[in-house]
Amino acid sequence: MYPRAFSYHRAASLKEAANMLSQLSDDAKLLAGGQSLIPLMKLRFANPPHLVDLNFIPETSYITEDGGQLRFGALTRHADIESSAIAAKIPILHDCAAGIADVQVRNRGTIGGSLAEADPSGDWAAVLMTLSTEVRCLGVYGERTIQLSDFIRDAYTTALAHDELLSEVRVRTPPKGSGGAYLAFKRSAPVYPTASAAVQLTMEGDLCKDASIALGCVALTAIRATEAEAALRGQPINDKTVNAAMEAARSVAEPQSDMRGSVDYKRTLVGALVKRAIGYAVRRAGGEQVEVSHIYA
Amino acid sequence: MLEAIEKIPIQLKVNGKAYSLKVEPRILLVELLREHLDLTGTHVGCDTTYCGACTVLLNGAAVKSCTMFAVQADGAEVTTVEGLEKEGTLHPIQKAFGDCYGLQCGYCTPGFMLSAAQLLEKNKKPSEQEIRKAIAGNTCRCTGYQNIFKAIQQAAENMKGA
Repeated sequence: MYPRAFSYHRAASLKEAANMLSQLSDDAKLLAGGQSLIPLMKLRFANPPHLVDLNFIPETSYITEDGGQLRFGALTRHADIESSAIAAKIPILHDCAAGIADVQVRNRGTIGGSLAEADPSGDWAAVLMTLSTEVRCLGVYGERTIQLSDFIRDAYTTALAHDELLSEVRVRTPPKGSGGAYLAFKRSAPVYPTASAAVQLTMEGDLCKDASIALGCVALTAIRATEAEAALRGQPINDKTVNAAMEAARSVAEPQSDMRGSVDYKRTLVGALVKRAIGYAVRRAGGEQVEVSHIYA
Repeated sequence: MLEAIEKIPIQLKVNGKAYSLKVEPRILLVELLREHLDLTGTHVGCDTTYCGACTVLLNGAAVKSCTMFAVQADGAEVTTVEGLEKEGTLHPIQKAFGDCYGLQCGYCTPGFMLSAAQLLEKNKKPSEQEIRKAIAGNTCRCTGYQNIFKAIQQAAENMKGA
């Protein structure tokens, strides 16, 4: 399959890419990992007359730690995060990176591309919403920092202006005693999940001091399940509180019926994923090393 | 009316051989390999980033060549199934796929072998779980996968000390 013909522009710096976007107006798309964009172009759902390739810009793929914050260059591939010792310090990040699609897609796809695409079924948004995450956005007039919750506006829609691009993702390291887990349920490796749940809990003894829970694939964007969080915050983690959190997650989900499952099926599924992820999060908060992987049907 | 699209000059190495070409931006890497370089061992299966039949190595990393533009491979080293064999001798992975009946129709096989090549380059003794994870992006509709696992385990054995 051929995409519609387009003009190709290779940016030498992020600044130059922003300038190109500004000059080419709405007609241009950025090419990062291309694992969503290229299939869309081949199916001719997307027909940009201009592509600005970011892949040849040096120093856009990095993972660093600085003052309690992890920083990811926009073009950092999922596979690099999967194998990063720095990223492994926040286990929920490793869960996500190691489970996205398959080896080949993880070798190309980027964290910045995933967030800027804002696909409701993308993995990163749900995971990063449970952490304190901000994104750096670079435009012709300079840079700004936006909280991730303000960055993602709607399905496939972000706060980026047409001549702006995402340059860096910054994630605050959770406090001591905090543990998280991300679970996605997929029919097979290469497909988008049917539903996913990210849970980050901060424990103090048996009590849950703080909880953040986000759901993927069950609304127009990844969503926070704030009622589910409230059901755990300040409470001991037991069957009663976990079931309350699970019920609250099911209620807040607004999935659409499609080939991956009916509305009821996805609601039930996302509740079960929340329950399981809470279990892993508690164990990790207690210092246990737990291997968490995506679930295949 | 569409203006003429400018062709982009690229240089890349495929299976160790250097090429200097001018390509239309929308040409996919798999089309460059098959149609321009006549390397038809790389197959197109689903053409939608699912099946992995088009898997090649890009600087040693397995990628789906139907989901990359050829212009993006500028400066890269690409390995296709044709590059596995050395001087008429099958690569241990190729030999193991034959010995273990790790294929039936063979259409998906080049992709599997290159995914296996990335795995075995980084992990000399993969567990079955690690093999499953490494080939999760490759689809086979004939074998049921069991003999593919065996072939990759056998290849790891054969490559010991290599």
